[in-house]
Amino acid sequence: MTETLLSIRDLSVAFHQGGETSIAVDHISFDIRRGETVALVGESGSGKSVSANSILKLLPYPAASHPSGEVFFNGKDLMKASDQELRHVRGNDITMIFQEPMTSLNPLHTIEQQIDEILELHQGIKGPAARTRTLELLNQVGIREAEKRLGAYPHQLSGGQRQRVMIAMALANRPELLIADEPTTALDVTVQAQILELLKSLKDEHGMSMLFITHDLGIVRKIADRVCVMTKGKIVEAGPTAEIFANPQHAYTRHLLASEPKGEPPPCDASKPIVIEAKDVKVWFPIKAGFLRRVVDHVKAVDGIDLTLRAGQTLGVVGESGSGKTTLGLALTRLISSKGRIAFVGKDIDAYSFGEMRPLRNRMQVVFQDPYGSLSPRMSIADIIGEGLKIHEKALTDGERDARVAAALEEVGLDPSTRWRYPHEFSGGQRQRIAIARAMVLKPQFVMLDEPTSALDMSVQAQVVDLLRDLQRKHNLAYLFISHDLKVVRALANEVIVMRMGRVVEQGPAERIFEAPSEDYTKALMAAAFNLEAVNLSAIRQ
Amino acid sequence: MSTVAYAGTPEKGWLTPIGRRRWQNFKANRRGYWSFWIFLVLFGLSLCAEFIANDKPIVASYKGELLFPVFVNYPEEKFGGFLAETDFRSDFIRDEIEANGWMVWPPIRYSYQTVNSNIPHSAPTPPFWLMSEEERCSAYPLGADDPGCMLGNMNWLGTDDQARDVTARMIYGFRISVLFGLALTIASAVIGVSAGAVQGYFGGWTDLLFQRFIEIWSSMPVLYILLIIAAILPPGFFILLGIMLLFSWVGFVGVVRAEFLRARNFEYVNAARALGVGNGTIMYRHLLPNAMVATLTFLPFILSGSITTLTSLDFLGFGMPPGSASLGEMIAQGKSNLQAPWLGLTAFFAMSIMLSLLIFVGEATRDAFDPRKTFR
Repeated sequence: MTETLLSIRDLSVAFHQGGETSIAVDHISFDIRRGETVALVGESGSGKSVSANSILKLLPYPAASHPSGEVFFNGKDLMKASDQELRHVRGNDITMIFQEPMTSLNPLHTIEQQIDEILELHQGIKGPAARTRTLELLNQVGIREAEKRLGAYPHQLSGGQRQRVMIAMALANRPELLIADEPTTALDVTVQAQILELLKSLKDEHGMSMLFITHDLGIVRKIADRVCVMTKGKIVEAGPTAEIFANPQHAYTRHLLASEPKGEPPPCDASKPIVIEAKDVKVWFPIKAGFLRRVVDHVKAVDGIDLTLRAGQTLGVVGESGSGKTTLGLALTRLISSKGRIAFVGKDIDAYSFGEMRPLRNRMQVVFQDPYGSLSPRMSIADIIGEGLKIHEKALTDGERDARVAAALEEVGLDPSTRWRYPHEFSGGQRQRIAIARAMVLKPQFVMLDEPTSALDMSVQAQVVDLLRDLQRKHNLAYLFISHDLKVVRALANEVIVMRMGRVVEQGPAERIFEAPSEDYTKALMAAAFNLEAVNLSAIRQ
Repeated sequence: MSTVAYAGTPEKGWLTPIGRRRWQNFKANRRGYWSFWIFLVLFGLSLCAEFIANDKPIVASYKGELLFPVFVNYPEEKFGGFLAETDFRSDFIRDEIEANGWMVWPPIRYSYQTVNSNIPHSAPTPPFWLMSEEERCSAYPLGADDPGCMLGNMNWLGTDDQARDVTARMIYGFRISVLFGLALTIASAVIGVSAGAVQGYFGGWTDLLFQRFIEIWSSMPVLYILLIIAAILPPGFFILLGIMLLFSWVGFVGVVRAEFLRARNFEYVNAARALGVGNGTIMYRHLLPNAMVATLTFLPFILSGSITTLTSLDFLGFGMPPGSASLGEMIAQGKSNLQAPWLGLTAFFAMSIMLSLLIFVGEATRDAFDPRKTFR
């Protein structure tokens, strides 16, 4: 078991663009032994994916180059291998699983065709033999009714099923090393737990080694034998998982370990004034069919939800993707039409038109999930934040507005002198702060936060959570916090709604739901999120 | 909280960082960049056509008085004649002014409709450098010694079949072609972009009805309709512009509509909606910049297309009113006067150089706006 399978020595990667050279990976070395799982941990931009891709030379050459380094696989240097030799190793001895199961399968081929192709390419298996092997693989990765799924196209499968197919493809040739590049990041927590268990059992079964790339320390603790912590292209610390978690040496490792969202949500207080009250909110999208496009059925995105949100309180809405939590948020802020009563500070707003809503918009604000998409790339930060002021506080002079913008930036912890820059000059965390400043500058009473932390790195997440809590305390804000990340919800919300297929599964004070969930589904969700365990599968599938 | 505490200056220069990178990309396409400057210079020169080719002096001094015949219309009685408008090219006026002052002439002493009355034989006459000095001065009263037989009165590219100077007609024709093209392009861009924006942004029934209308509209045989309308209405610059505008705006709708359809659900557009920004402002400030890339890339090609259409109408005789300078009319003359190749050749080179320059500029613009384009 101690034989070294892959050995990376002194590897560097440089990217050249427009005469400038940037070093993405800077002299890293590590080993993977047979049957071992090594995790490469780091935040986005730390060079972990680039390192993994350079093992199989999958980088965009000649824009990328390797100033130094050797990659020994079974004693052979892959850096010096010819293209032909590399092609033999790729998909055969070393295989990869990528992050996005949506885009890493060819949408125009059936699953059977895609798996068969690999079998034929490397092993020359064709016809009925290939079909048998494909079925065997699909059964191995836990796709139910595999026979019926053979002819399915990728879009007919769910995200988890696609990732299972990807794993089946990676296992097809019984590789010695599996490189998994954030294989669960795009998946729901319950699916993530299942995929992790699958990978673990398959690894043991086949005696493979695994290089696991992730930013999630929880996963590392669960799955890895050894860890390499990467930052800014360097491996700053490496060692057995238990040791690193128990006794981190490097400052960055300690920073990473300390960066889980912490803190207490505001206490429940029934005496605070009600900001938003909703009764039986429904958002049904019609399904039309037939020649006359008659409505034959509805997609019930949100199906009868009641909620009350008081000033200074946070209501967390959790659920898997497709459970209707974002739709609920959009309905409450009247950005899409809905049925049922919605009252905002005592006023029934559910019948208001878009124009009638406009004077209220400054008091209800939204922060969106993707800080890269939610800021117009062609406007400076000052313009982006000042836009709402121009509409709602027309009396302000240019100087006053500028002062308000600067104050808002200061409040979210950004240097106000940067306000003439454009969004692309800021990091993801900074952009999310800008998006928060845009909402806060109008001094709202109610803010809908639609997964504001899920596109951010772990340590940045914790900072944003702290910022949001401070702002809430200071301005007595009511938050509707939508997230699939239960750790963040636990740090922020004092009341929780667990949603599933547009309906409420469980609703109540956060403490009770997190400590003693009464529904099976909630229990499964908690186990998957906090312990990365797949339990109560029947409750999840239903 | 004072404003001074947050002293920060806006970005210097009028170009945003994206704009600057695009300008760099534009410059990196050498051919397009040079074409752009050559075209600008040619267009700038043709805008000053009155100072380059005219049958009136630019400045004249007569009996101590400074005259500007290019700008002011002086009756001939001022110089002892009897016409309502002075013919500065006539021997009598010339001698009269030379005797009592001086004149500064443009390098070419013909306007686009000036008839050269001293052509050696019947029009069209060849360029002067194809004739001997004797021959080219033979129509002047004093032959080669006549003061009128000098470089400014020579026809550099010959004359057309009405003895008008081809060089002057080419300069004025170039100007009117480009101006017409620009006016048509800008007007169709304004209409087309607005229509596309509304359709793409609102979608649904608005989009559906508009799309069907555009399909019907654009299936009409444009050239025949142009010919019919041109036969009814008196021809002229603005009438032609209006008729062609009726059909040319459709070209922009598709691109802009697609861009708006794509971008209307972008998160920053949703964010603006959540801020309470009105539809008009969202379209103008958040979505239009996206669509402008496609539109600007389109512009030079639409421009050259409009120029070609005007030329072909002129060629068929349904274009500008008779007598106006036009490259299409020159091509028609070249066709009916095959013995005078300078007519066809001049029109051909003027058109092809102008259109090539515009296409090269268009290519460079397209490169400049392509975010994936990298230059090594």
